Amino acid sequence: MSWVGRSAARREDPRLLTGNGRFVDDIRLPRMLHAQFVRSTIAHGTVTGVDLSGTLAVPGVVAAFTAGDLAVDDITAVLDRPLSEFVPTAMPVLARDRVRFVGEPIAIVLAEDPYSVEDGLEAVRVTYEAGMPVLSEEQALAPGAPLVHAAAAGNTLVDVSMFATEGIDDIFAAAHRVVYVRSRTGRQNAVPLETRGAVASWDPRAEQLLVQTCTQVPHQVRTVLAECLGLGERAVRVVVPDMGGGFGQKCVVGREEIAVGAAALRLRRPVKWIEDRRDALTASFLAREQRYDVRAAFDAGGRILALDADVVCDMGAYSCYPFTAGIEPLMASAELPGVYRVPAYRVRGRAVTTNKAPSAPYRGVSRPQIVMVMERVFERAARELGLDPVEIRRRNLITEFPYAGINDVTYDPGSYLESLNLCEQMIREEGWYERQEQAAAEGRFLGIGYSCFSERTGYGSGAFAKRKMAVVPGFDLAEITMDLTGGVTVTTGTMSHGQSHETTLAQIVADRLGLDLAQIKIHQGDTDRITYGFGTFASRSATIGGSAVARAATKLADRLLRLGAYLLETDDVELHDGHVRRRDDHGRALRYRDLAGIAYLKANLLPKDAEPGLTASASFDVHGDGTFSNAAHGAVVELHPGTGRVEFLRYVCVEDCGVAINPQVVEGQCRGGIAQGIAGALFEEVTYDAQGEPSCASFIDYKVPTANEIPDIEIRHLETPCAFTESGAKGAGEGGTIGAPAAVLNAVNDALRPTGVELDDTPIRPETVQRAIGANA
Amino acid sequence: MTEKLLISLTVNGERHDDLVVESRHTLVDVLRHRLGLTGTHAGCEHGVCGACTVLLDGAPARACLIFAAQAEGQEIRTVESLAGGGEMNDLQRAFSAHHALQCGFCTPGFLMLAEGFLTERPDATRAEIRELVSASLCRCTGYQTIVDAIEDCARGRRREVGEVR
Ligand code: FES
Ligand code: FES
Repeated sequence: MSWVGRSAARREDPRLLTGNGRFVDDIRLPRMLHAQFVRSTIAHGTVTGVDLSGTLAVPGVVAAFTAGDLAVDDITAVLDRPLSEFVPTAMPVLARDRVRFVGEPIAIVLAEDPYSVEDGLEAVRVTYEAGMPVLSEEQALAPGAPLVHAAAAGNTLVDVSMFATEGIDDIFAAAHRVVYVRSRTGRQNAVPLETRGAVASWDPRAEQLLVQTCTQVPHQVRTVLAECLGLGERAVRVVVPDMGGGFGQKCVVGREEIAVGAAALRLRRPVKWIEDRRDALTASFLAREQRYDVRAAFDAGGRILALDADVVCDMGAYSCYPFTAGIEPLMASAELPGVYRVPAYRVRGRAVTTNKAPSAPYRGVSRPQIVMVMERVFERAARELGLDPVEIRRRNLITEFPYAGINDVTYDPGSYLESLNLCEQMIREEGWYERQEQAAAEGRFLGIGYSCFSERTGYGSGAFAKRKMAVVPGFDLAEITMDLTGGVTVTTGTMSHGQSHETTLAQIVADRLGLDLAQIKIHQGDTDRITYGFGTFASRSATIGGSAVARAATKLADRLLRLGAYLLETDDVELHDGHVRRRDDHGRALRYRDLAGIAYLKANLLPKDAEPGLTASASFDVHGDGTFSNAAHGAVVELHPGTGRVEFLRYVCVEDCGVAINPQVVEGQCRGGIAQGIAGALFEEVTYDAQGEPSCASFIDYKVPTANEIPDIEIRHLETPCAFTESGAKGAGEGGTIGAPAAVLNAVNDALRPTGVELDDTPIRPETVQRAIGANA
Repeated sequence: MTEKLLISLTVNGERHDDLVVESRHTLVDVLRHRLGLTGTHAGCEHGVCGACTVLLDGAPARACLIFAAQAEGQEIRTVESLAGGGEMNDLQRAFSAHHALQCGFCTPGFLMLAEGFLTERPDATRAEIRELVSASLCRCTGYQTIVDAIEDCARGRRREVGEVR
């Protein structure tokens, strides 16, 4: 029986369950200093003075540095696009004179212990000349608005117009019906439960700066450290310990990571920085604040004829590295048509800069919004045309593959229609439509909502090059070595932070080599151990990383076979259960450890052309458009007029991520993703006061949902294997988050049907629900 | 400027005498950074996330809200105490079997929360367990499998004491 497809027990679990995980804050080095940052208390303005003298007098404080003291280069993320489409802006590691958001780091304070650092921070005196903050997309785009970056006229960092199918205006003019959706989504924080953090130390023996940091992208952190600090890449080593989640917030390079590196170099003492929750909520990387203005033309039969969209993403104060402020608008613009056959399309996507903490990718990147917007388009069209909301989707879904989309994307096979049908069938067969009727008769507000979507995963260099990124992520590498005891160590450029790669990648290897999981060690997150890698984001690890690992394992298998054939004096050999054996005589077999013994310790017995040792390496990239996972979600909610609460009565998800390497892990990704999608739909929003002070500095104000708010979720699997990943897997990390907001919003709107109110924005606040019901009660 | 205290703490049955701490040092910091028991995590340091949950005289408590000095004289238990002789206990095994952890950062807190609760309430219903789980935050799992794991463990413990439900 193969390992792929089995819910194998996680290799990560024993250490994490017994308190033996090692997270970045668990690292303790001799003579280690503790760092925190002096952060701007104003949203926009000029720093006129930083007085650190009081700080330096605080017992325990060892040093404090401003930008001038550290003198490191800025972090600059760029796109290969003309200035008319993209304006590059530099993010200084520590602010020099201008500050652009509350929480922006101005100075770093270092002390012997974490408590003294806090004392030191209190003694800092910073004076400012405050300017007018720009706090919303409207303010940013208003004529004469103050500029967040002098180089970015109109506060616009990205402005791209794409596709513009010929004759699209005529289609709208002649259409039977034009449907409008204007939608906004709130600013969110990915909230990994472990905040960001790093320990930097200079290793004089290795002549290397070692930075142990919780990042999804170790090699990119190394690259920026080397650039900013003026070191050769070989003089920087980034090592990632266990990570307490990331969800995108840790897939960009943080300025704090560079600052602690600079401080450790300067002081020649280890420096630890652990972000506190307040900074994590207000001053790290945020996401998701977007506005859509969408028109869609329909014929009388409910078929979509054209789609025209204007998308504005509020990316906050800076472009993140390596993705830039283009990450959200470019994703939204490229992918909006989604799972539907849209014959004509035009989109303008913009990123504006404001005086708020900058944005990074967050699980799903723009796709929670575009799915929500498209699903609203179809729901609205169904209402206006008097069609069933599921039926109108059926009439428009892509059903033939590969499908060449109007958005210049080719969709590989998926089960769009099948997943929607199964999802609706589950809800129907459980009697929810009858219960809805009954509830309506009792004056209760019960609603059923769906979302149907696909998610591009396995973005290779082909897809990222289309985005015109200057840094083109895409490929990944894997190296595999068999040791003398016949087990293997596999090194990958991907970086698990909860996704179970130590288990799932091992399952892929186990099948290729006929080994047990216990004989396979997956090594990740060490830039000295693998040439390069792009880490873990964009649901790329099972697809790209997994394929690289599979290819490396296959190469090693070939070497074992060749060596075995030579030693067993036949051409006809096979791998079986840790042996190479003759096909014609199973009794004549060599254990892997015997082969390894020869490969390493008796190289004199090897064939002349064979290299000693048992190592192989491989790479994998996707040159086409990636592979699309898909799913349909069904939510049943009841609205409570008194409290405005949205209560889940049922949540089902039919997902298709191709071959599920480990179904239990896939389900975990789905459920966790859906929980984050529900969080965005109903609870979480980073808000600011009129001065740009963030209003949520703790978990009291930023409402991460608990087990009381997140329902049990039933998951069904369909399987449309990917034709070009080695295991047939498609990415599974983000789908839950992508599909949930649309399903929830549609369900709430369905429940509100008797009121005539339709909502298009998230989060859906209790007051909004109360008002909608109250106004019509 | 900050007062230094000489305290002794009993953690996982082991007594640590002559600990010099400041009065403001929290229990979670002393456990993690003085005693090296880094299994207990800090996710917020303001009492909401529950990652720092330990048992004080058997009852779950948030170690970020307690000063180390306040825990003197109490029996402190951390996640490191659950496995005996290198074997995970039934609760830990249930968490693994149900995939109740992904990144594992919240996990020690949930384990101690459940351990304390199940000692008092092995007969808890699923709804009661869900209510318990709602005391802490997990960003990865969506909670369902944590509830499953605790429910399964409770069922097993009841079976052990011969009460079949
Ligand atoms: S760290 Fe104690 S409750 Fe969050
Ligand atoms: S498993 Fe990651 S926070 Fe719970």
